[in-house]
Order: sequence, then structure tokens, then C-alpha cells
Amino acid sequence: MRLAGIPWFAAGLAGLFVLFCLAAATGQYPLSVGDVLGALWQGISGARGDDAAATVVLDIRLPRLAAALLVGLALAASGATYQTVFRNPLVAPDILGVSAGAGLGAVFAIFLSLPVAMIQAFAFVFGLGAVAIVYGMAKVVRGAHEPILVLVLAGVVIGAVMGAGISALTYLADPYDQLPAITFWLMGSLAGVTYDDLMAAWPAVALGLLPLAALRWRVNLMALSEDEARALGVDTARLRVGLVVAATLMTSSVVAISGTVGWVGLIIPHMARFIVGPEFSRLLPATVLIGAAYVLAVDTLARSLVAVEIPIGILNAFIGAPLFLWVLARARRSWS
Amino acid sequence: MNKFHRLSVFVVRLMMGLALVGWAGMARAETFQDSAGRTVAIAGPVGKVFPAGPPASIFLYMLAPDLMAGWTRAPRGAERGLLVPAYADLPTIGRLTGRGGSANLETVLAVKPDLILDYGSMKRTYVSLADRVQAQINIPYALIDGRFEKIADAIGAVGRLIGRAQALEPKAREAERIMAELKAVRDALPAGKAPRVYYGRGADGLQTGVGGSINVELLKYAGAVNVAAGEGVGGRGNLASVSIEQVLAWDPDVILTTDPNFYDRVWADAVWQRMRAVRAGRVYLSPTLPFGWFDRPPSANRLIGLRWLLAVLYPERYNAELEAETRRFYRLFYHLDLSDAQLAQVLGPGTRPGTGRSK
Repeated sequence: MRLAGIPWFAAGLAGLFVLFCLAAATGQYPLSVGDVLGALWQGISGARGDDAAATVVLDIRLPRLAAALLVGLALAASGATYQTVFRNPLVAPDILGVSAGAGLGAVFAIFLSLPVAMIQAFAFVFGLGAVAIVYGMAKVVRGAHEPILVLVLAGVVIGAVMGAGISALTYLADPYDQLPAITFWLMGSLAGVTYDDLMAAWPAVALGLLPLAALRWRVNLMALSEDEARALGVDTARLRVGLVVAATLMTSSVVAISGTVGWVGLIIPHMARFIVGPEFSRLLPATVLIGAAYVLAVDTLARSLVAVEIPIGILNAFIGAPLFLWVLARARRSWS
Repeated sequence: MNKFHRLSVFVVRLMMGLALVGWAGMARAETFQDSAGRTVAIAGPVGKVFPAGPPASIFLYMLAPDLMAGWTRAPRGAERGLLVPAYADLPTIGRLTGRGGSANLETVLAVKPDLILDYGSMKRTYVSLADRVQAQINIPYALIDGRFEKIADAIGAVGRLIGRAQALEPKAREAERIMAELKAVRDALPAGKAPRVYYGRGADGLQTGVGGSINVELLKYAGAVNVAAGEGVGGRGNLASVSIEQVLAWDPDVILTTDPNFYDRVWADAVWQRMRAVRAGRVYLSPTLPFGWFDRPPSANRLIGLRWLLAVLYPERYNAELEAETRRFYRLFYHLDLSDAQLAQVLGPGTRPGTGRSK
């Protein structure tokens, strides 16, 4: 089984590559496969022409595909991490208030009529800030309680406060101008993604993913109780903080460019678990692959089914729910 | 028997008396039919009007600011500088209509309006709201059809409701003049020459009004075509998000926006610069003071937006007269003789040909 590990990952990567090529050839601007290949060749060879095909493929589709991959892998990986750390299958990356905080930041920036880069910056900072507050609160009230329970409860509380903040700003916003912009942001979309957005987001995702990959063996110990882990010489409390920080950093940076994309962080880790089992060193790469492929596929449908964009949040649920049930029905492996 | 007779005489007299009082009351109350076909009885002169929503408050400000009970949303910052100071300071009273209706019926009662006025959609939601409020607090509540082609009629209807039909006549005539001129422009437009327009909302400019959306309603009056209508978009009008690839595929002749962030971004972004409209410098920022000119709020404030559309779509013919038309409109409808500084503020950089930026 351990030897079989590499081939499935390679097969997964190959599948993802095929999906990527299909997505690159799909879109609203009418281009033939030849046009797309020509444009890609221009990008690879560096001899960039001034034709529309090059703009569409290199400046619009590629950054968007890359952003879809980045969003998918980051949300799925941080979901898997959260579920393992909290030993709870119902936990999603927004359990500690990242999404709610990012939402509040973005809504606040829209309320102030700020440009796109500032909306993203606000979302990122508020998302991290929300989790920092949750952590601080959990530290203060810890006392005799179970630390994970306190953390989750603090996350629920701060999430509710952030949600109320979003409602308050929505209520105060200009109903004809800002309100639609707020609604669209909260439904999630990759419609306007540029290379600049990618450049801002990927280092933070890498910074979060690397420790997860490096610590993938130890993460399994989170499934043990704290006493058992300590008996093995692992400080689970510190490990937990590190993992949560890494996962939060990833979520926060992608939510800033995509808006709220729910569901991926909750469901994809389960799908991966059904396929490769709960062992984290296998779960992480599988989750990353499936998450990236899933968001790539959903976003491609979102931008190409009809002339207007379908918000990812909507498609996500309509596609994700039956897909998840199908995987659940066919699952050969148990959850834990 | 005698006793009974006296009692019955008393009862009959009482009933007659009551009927008389009722009749006298009815005689004083004049009845109107509002645009939804509801009967609205107004007793005595109208001294104060409560606008039910933002479009109604703007319409009321344009027609009879002295009757306004207040604003549904407080005017902010630069908006205040283009309102008559006495009216800019009117209290904020919330709105009865729409999502997040924030007016308390007790507030409405405390304000003691003689009439509640709603201007806009005649959908059942608003009709039933009007019936409920009128039944609950017994203040006449009139709905006026806010469709754009009905502005002159709406001015007449409000004039009759508030007893100022004559005084509002010039305003109705002006609305008719503008609509008639637009019709002439449309009729004179050679077939197939209609400018194709994309309207970008939001900081990234990727939200737009599709199909027959009220947000882009003005385009058709100016003879322009909304690129986000027709194939694959669906006829039901609403706001939707689109991909930049789709906008590039549409390649509009003109891009309009209300968002200064998007206006700045267009000139800096490589993809937007590929588009015909940007290369030709035909991207325009809609004026928004004191009320929006193009999209929002959907009230009679958009009349001046039509003149603006003529100026940006057919500049060789209409750009020159925009300043004079703006002064004329603001004098008649906004009760304001624009100073040169105010005019420059309203028609700021980027709002029309010759003031914009290009590559």
C-alpha cells in the first residue's frame, strides 16, 4: 500500500493537468483549440504577440485557473487540518471565524468605497484578526475547560459578532450601489482575478502549506488524546497552535481574493478520506488534489455555462451536494 | 309605547345626524385614484408628505421640497452641498418600503403627515404595504407609477394629490420635452448604428445590469444597446456578475460606470485596455450629485441622465449643450442656480468627452 502511494498521486496530478487544459480551452470568448495552444506557446516561448487570443488565454484565463487551483487546495487543506486538529468531522476552516472576519473586512471596505486591492487587504487582515481574537479569548477563559471546546465556542461567538457587523454595515450601506456589491462579494467569485491578486495570495498559501507538509506525520498524533501524545513526547498544544495558524493563513489569503467560498473546506477532506483514509500524510496530498480539481471544475462551469457568472457559492452547493452523496454511497473506507 | 316612540325618533335623528356628519366629512375629503387603482381620500390641504422610500423622497424634493417630512436616508458629504441648505437639514425618517424598511409606524404618526407617497414599482408587495399602513394608521397612502416613460404623468398625479397641479405644470412639460427629444434622436438613428454600451458596477466593474434591468433602463431611451442583453443572458432584468472575458468578447463601443475606483482601474489594467471603448477613450463616469444621474436611485433624477447619455454617446452633437442643460435642470428641479464651481463639481473629470483620461 505504501508503494502504491506514489502512483495514485501521479495519476491524480495527470488528471488535474487534463482538467486544467480543458478549462483553459473553455470560456465566453470564442477561441479555437488552435488559438489557445498558440497563445500558450506564446506564453511559454516568451514571444508574446498583441492578439486577442493571447490576452484572453494568458491574462484572463490562466490567472483565473491558477486562482481556482489555489483557492481549492488552500481551503481543502486547511479544512483537513482543522478537522484533524479538532478531532471533529463537522469542522470547516471558518469555525474560528476566518470567513466571517474576512467578510466583515471586505464589506467594510466596500462600504467605504475603496478600490479592489484595499477590499482584499481588508478581508485578509480582518480574517486573521478574527482568529487572533478567538485565540486570545480562548486563552483568557480557558481555566478548567477543555481547550478545544473553548476554542470552538469562542469561534462561534466571534463569528456571530462578525456576522452582526456585516448585517449592520449592509443595513447602513447605500441600497442601490453598495448593497449589490456586498451581496456579490459574499456569494464568492473569481471573475476579476488578475496576476496581481495571485502574486499577493500565493506566498501566504505556500507559507501555510509548507509546515503542514513538513509536519504531516506528526499531525496524526492530534487524533490521540493529549496525554497519549505527551507520552510519545509530542507537545500537542504547541503543535495545535502551529497547525491552526498555518491553516488560517491559507484560508484567509484565498478568501480575500475569492470572497466567501463555503463548503469546499468541509466536504473535500471527507471525500479524500473516503478514498485514501484518515492517515494525514496521505490525506493531505489527496485533499489538495481533489480540492484544486473541484474548485477548478466548478469555477469553469461558473464562468462558461451562461453569459453571466454564476456565483461559486450557488454552484458549489448544487454540484457538491450530489457529488458528496455519491462518494458517500460508494465509500469503501470508514471515516477514522 | 310613547317611550318607545320617543326612543325611535331619537335613534332616527341620531342616525341622520351621524350620516350628515359623515357626508360632510366625505365632502371635505377629496378622493383620488392612485396609479395602482386604489382610492385615496385626502381631507383638506396637504401640508406635509411622508416619502415611503428613496425614489419617493427624491421625487418629492424635485416637486415640492417644502412639503417633505424628511429624508429616507440622510444626505451625505458632497451631496449636501448641492441641496438647498434648509432642506438638506431635514430629519432622517427611515423608509417604509423595501428590504430593511426602517421607518417605525409610530415615527410616521409622530411626524403627522397628511399624505404618504410612494413612487416606483406597482408590484403587489407595495400595494399591500400601502393598504396595510393606510388601514393601520389611517393616513392616506398614494402609490405613483415610477416607470420612466411615465414621469410627466407622475408629476401631474402628484400635483393633483397635493393641490399644486398648476404650479407643477412647467416641470411636467420639461420632462415631456426631454423625452420627446430622445425619441427624435432614436428615430433619426440609422438602423444598425446604435452604440453598444457596457455598464460596469462595483470596484472591479464586473457587475452589470442584464436584460431589461432597471439599472440600464436609460440606455434604450438614448437609442443605445446594452451588450449584456440578448443571447444567453436572459430577459429578466437584474444585476449580475460577468467575467472580464465576456466583456472582452462583447467589446462594447462605450463603457459607463458609477464607480470611480473602476474608472481609475480601466486605464491601468492591460486587459481593459484591449477593449475598443478604452482604446478610443470612451469610458465615462456618471455624475452622482446630489442624486445619481444614470442608475440609482430609480427616480426622476435620471431625467438629466438622459441628457448626459446623449452627450457621451453622440458627443459631436450634444456634448456642447450639456452644461446649459444641466444648469436648466438643476434650476427647475433641484431649486439651485449652479455656480461655476458647483457645475465643475457635478460634471467632474471623466464624466464626459473632453474631460476624461485616455491611455
